[in-house]
Amino acid sequence: MKVEAWARIPQLLVYGLVSGSILSLGGIGVSLTYSILGFSNFAHGDVMALGAYLALALLPLMSAAGISSHPLGSLSFGLDFVAALVLASIGTCVVVLVLDRLLFRRLRGAGRITLMIASVGVALGLRNVVQFFWGPQPRYYSAKIQLATVIPGLGVRIKPDQIFIVAVAIGLAVLLHLFLRYAKMGKAMRATADNASLARVTGINTERVIAWTWIIGSSLAAAAGILIGIENKFVTPELGWQMLLPIFAAVILGGFGNPYGAVVGGIVVGVSEEVSTAFISTAYKPAVAFGILILMLLARPSGLLGRRG
Amino acid sequence: MEQLIGLVNYLVFFAISAGIYAVLSLGLNLQWGVTGLFNIGIAGFYAVGAYASALVCGLPPSAWDGRMVGGFELPFVLGVLAAMLVTGALAVVIGVPTLRLRADYLGIATIGIAETVRLVLKNEAWLTNGVWGLQQIPSPLYSVIHRHTAAYISAHPGLPEWQRLLVSRAYNWFYFLLVGAVVIAVYFILKRLIRSPWGRVLRAIREDEDAAAMSGKNVFAFKLQSLVLGAMIMGIAGALYAHSARFISPASFEPLYGTFIVWVMLMVGGTGNNKGAMLGAVVVWGIWAATDFITGYLPWSASQVSALRIIAIGLLLEAVIVWRPKGILPEAKAKRRAP
Repeated sequence: MKVEAWARIPQLLVYGLVSGSILSLGGIGVSLTYSILGFSNFAHGDVMALGAYLALALLPLMSAAGISSHPLGSLSFGLDFVAALVLASIGTCVVVLVLDRLLFRRLRGAGRITLMIASVGVALGLRNVVQFFWGPQPRYYSAKIQLATVIPGLGVRIKPDQIFIVAVAIGLAVLLHLFLRYAKMGKAMRATADNASLARVTGINTERVIAWTWIIGSSLAAAAGILIGIENKFVTPELGWQMLLPIFAAVILGGFGNPYGAVVGGIVVGVSEEVSTAFISTAYKPAVAFGILILMLLARPSGLLGRRG
Repeated sequence: MEQLIGLVNYLVFFAISAGIYAVLSLGLNLQWGVTGLFNIGIAGFYAVGAYASALVCGLPPSAWDGRMVGGFELPFVLGVLAAMLVTGALAVVIGVPTLRLRADYLGIATIGIAETVRLVLKNEAWLTNGVWGLQQIPSPLYSVIHRHTAAYISAHPGLPEWQRLLVSRAYNWFYFLLVGAVVIAVYFILKRLIRSPWGRVLRAIREDEDAAAMSGKNVFAFKLQSLVLGAMIMGIAGALYAHSARFISPASFEPLYGTFIVWVMLMVGGTGNNKGAMLGAVVVWGIWAATDFITGYLPWSASQVSALRIIAIGLLLEAVIVWRPKGILPEAKAKRRAP
């Protein structure tokens, strides 16, 4: 039995890479919100769920608008789905910006814990808005069964959809890197994260920086939610809550407030969760994330890429 | 008359639930209101308290149970003690790695413990009977009281219907008094503790951790004591719930919702004020129960209506945070002694 467990590890590494890249996208948003707005956003998981459901709702409109639903290559979905993905991300941004205007903006100086409590309220609100419109049962993205292809030489299987997921995650992470590194707004964001009052004195419009933080965080969250839908084939209103713990484990592992750390942390948590299933019950996957989190807090609370202190 | 008695019986039942929530809210007030500890895993402590007491006081596993252990048929008081011990131990486990760090970490760790507790309750059937839950949890003194009321009713065959309705629910009156006694006891113990030098240190930590540390207080130890004591109080609430519902399953302890409503209660009532914590429990539980009555008139399905109710409670929380952050009964300002 032990030998069989070890033999499964290469395959589980592949699955871990897929789920880890989704976690990375989710973690980037949590990390950015933390470093710019100064609080842990517990609503982030439910923003992901909102994006996933918006895509589901927009999908029929896409084919009505004349966008082809013919599967792209060997993927299980067509151009209409890609269009729905983009539009759902934009829609999620709009919802989050409205929430910022109505709620978070009023609490700018209110202190970290007040903002966290408010975000817990938003989390529960969003989840129940989703449940109100789409019901508590799982909703299916696609009923098609997709055959996995064997990667030559390695003997592990991967589905075309999973390659798509990893590619989208890498692409978005690279785009974010270029944005933070070279765009004027990206530089302003890094300056605000370093020292908000100093950034303000140098003429950076912090309200605009905050708006961009929400836009980047929530569009990546929506993309992550939709990618979960592609990987699992279905979404439920609990999706966001289920992702919250692994995402926070990833963010803490990588170093709170560091988006690059969130990417590394996401991959590590995703891989650990999948590899753990070779040895313990699949039901305890979320507890594995929690275990990593506690170990990391004991060993090095500043995270892998975090600054000490 | 019968309808009136029906209402009275309902109010007693309502008061039992509100009282259990008041205990939870008092526990959270010690952690968050007084010490500033961010616990969003209340449901986890509540569930562990309920299961601990049910396993200590309940019946041994029957042949068709998935459960192998527990069921010692011990008295209620020992069940409550067990609930306090186990929840206290759980609080130590998450307090030690997180309480030296920023408030965020404790919050995340409490979510983690609540989630892990839920997974254990669902999957470790040998201990918890899995999703089928624990049944036939004994209520304290139930058989004695039931015997007397049954004897009274059969000895008075000419009893008017409304009196019969009232007497047949006598046990709920007893349980109401029991919960009320626990609420009052917890309230007075906390009041003394919060006024003591120990409580002053907790408030000092809440206001300015560094200043408290500078004046030579072991901030970590005080925070851990507050977290553990608050968790034990939540464990008591769990035990009270288990012995009144007499059936518990993982579904009884929804992770986010169970935690969330207690937060709303404390925020509405008045963070940092024990009377506010209790008032908030009654007010919010009242709103929650009242919305249950109007749901029959709404044109939506049951799951849609339950979603709407939770959205409404969420809006209430955000409104309190934005417009009345101190709640209905704000914390009393510390009295200054004459020099």
